[in-house]
Amino acid sequence: MADKDFLVFIEQRQGVIKKASLEVLSEAIRQNKDKNGTVTAVLICADSTLLVKNITCFQPNKVIVISGHEYSEYSTESYANALQTVVEKLNPKYTFAANTAMGKDLIPRVAAHFTSPCVTDVVELIAEGSNLLAVKPMYSAKSYGKFAFNSDMSFMTLRPNVFPLAEKNESASVPVETLSCPPIEVRAKVVETKASEKQKMELTEAPIIVSGGRGIKGPENWAMLQDLCDVLGAALGASRAVVDAGWIDHQHQVGQTGKTVSPQLYIACGISGAIQHLAGMNSSKNIVAINNNPDAPIFKLATYGLVGDVFEIVPKLTEEIKKLKGES
Amino acid sequence: MKIAVCIKAVPDTETKIAIASDKIHIETAGVKYITSPYDEFAIEEAVKIKEKHGGEIVGISLGGAEVTEVLKNSLARGLDTALHLKDDLFADLNPLSTAGCLAAAIRNENFDIVLCGQQGVGGDNNQVPTIIAELLNWSQVNQIVKLDIEGKEFKAEREIEGAHEIVAGVLPAVFSAQKDLNTPRYPSIKEIMAAKRKEITIKDAESLGVKDAITKTKDLVVLKELSMPPARTQGRKIEGSADEQVKQLVQLLRMEAKVI
Repeated sequence: MADKDFLVFIEQRQGVIKKASLEVLSEAIRQNKDKNGTVTAVLICADSTLLVKNITCFQPNKVIVISGHEYSEYSTESYANALQTVVEKLNPKYTFAANTAMGKDLIPRVAAHFTSPCVTDVVELIAEGSNLLAVKPMYSAKSYGKFAFNSDMSFMTLRPNVFPLAEKNESASVPVETLSCPPIEVRAKVVETKASEKQKMELTEAPIIVSGGRGIKGPENWAMLQDLCDVLGAALGASRAVVDAGWIDHQHQVGQTGKTVSPQLYIACGISGAIQHLAGMNSSKNIVAINNNPDAPIFKLATYGLVGDVFEIVPKLTEEIKKLKGES
Repeated sequence: MKIAVCIKAVPDTETKIAIASDKIHIETAGVKYITSPYDEFAIEEAVKIKEKHGGEIVGISLGGAEVTEVLKNSLARGLDTALHLKDDLFADLNPLSTAGCLAAAIRNENFDIVLCGQQGVGGDNNQVPTIIAELLNWSQVNQIVKLDIEGKEFKAEREIEGAHEIVAGVLPAVFSAQKDLNTPRYPSIKEIMAAKRKEITIKDAESLGVKDAITKTKDLVVLKELSMPPARTQGRKIEGSADEQVKQLVQLLRMEAKVI
């Protein structure tokens, strides 16, 4: 019965599957539990040989693979063409993907192709009868909107780091089907991918973020925060003020006109907490604020607030965590 | 080069959001409307392309009375003409319907380039540029930080997770601007005065020919309810010397928060 089925787009880049899309798959399977529909995962890639096992262990009902050298780099047109082929074949009620650069680029395009609705950056799904309501942040997470679909076919992108990964079952047996789709002429192609020098981990996907603001006094002091990032396995974030001042690249900016993040732990160093910044990190599970001004607005949100000198506290914190990690 | 820039009027990012009594709108009393921040980069890029290659820039905005000031300001920044898509039918449109109106205004007008902000602040959907591209059957490059145009060819650099992608293709195409694309210039008094003489054309659903299409797509997805973010419980201040603070914090992160 197509009227309750789920389709999940599994994202890979350079032959590595994005964890965020496995979170989405896990959520689709959870949502399908009472509905008894089918959950199909679709993988579009150059070579699926080593990848399929990473999907089947989450036990969708089926995996569909579309592979070929034309999918070695992402292109909107070729990927949209492939995904459309699958949607046409399965006619799923809900098509999900992760809310990543690729998901945001691909899913609205495919949804529009079918004159179907799409909601991006979903952080909560609510079952209402046989339908799903989607909750997403609006006004940079200063409010949340609950959306209802009135369509036989709907599309959503789900925010990374919000929906938990399901337990894996390495011995699961799941049917894998290979599908070929008619080639198309691609007008816009990726000709090069340049890795970013500083940011090793993407902010929106990082479990821990260490962020710096004006209180770190100058770009020469990023090294101090980077040390803390390194011992924690964290990504480096920044406030708008220091991005605008040219201390660091925009990729690091958290908040309105930057990234909205919800890590397990957000450590704000020398950030006073402008409303635009708070909106971008408000949904972090735990917030640590280190600031010398006891009246800084960031302390209103902080799970743990430390009034004090960033230059004294941060290096000590790095040392202490290093000791701890050495022991365990 | 004929360039369309899609511009959205949005509540100032400083606005403290309050929810109206109907639970699906925000309180608009006292809210100041501004050009959506990402659209400023789209406008600047259009002006830069025109400076280099010549041509014409048309600003297009969908919305109510709040749009007028924003379009005037955009005209002062170097747009040639502006189009205001205004109709009672256009209230609270979803991205599919919004893009449908914009695409209708762009289609058959010989545009080479459509520039948008990568997201409209407020709805935060990141959808309209992509849907316009699909409806026009054009290429798209989202979240661009660099754009080079050479004849009918383009090379665009876009931001992805931890990397930049360089995309090459042919016009016509839709591009959505990320923050690092350029540094917007602000208009001079002279430009603001000159913009007063520039034209803002108003088009409704009828003249765009979208009445049936929008009526059909308008309710495919609807906002049921707005709510405020869950209030965070007031945390605790950790006192003492820097050494004591750090020791306590690490203990709490490990034992209580269980995150390290």
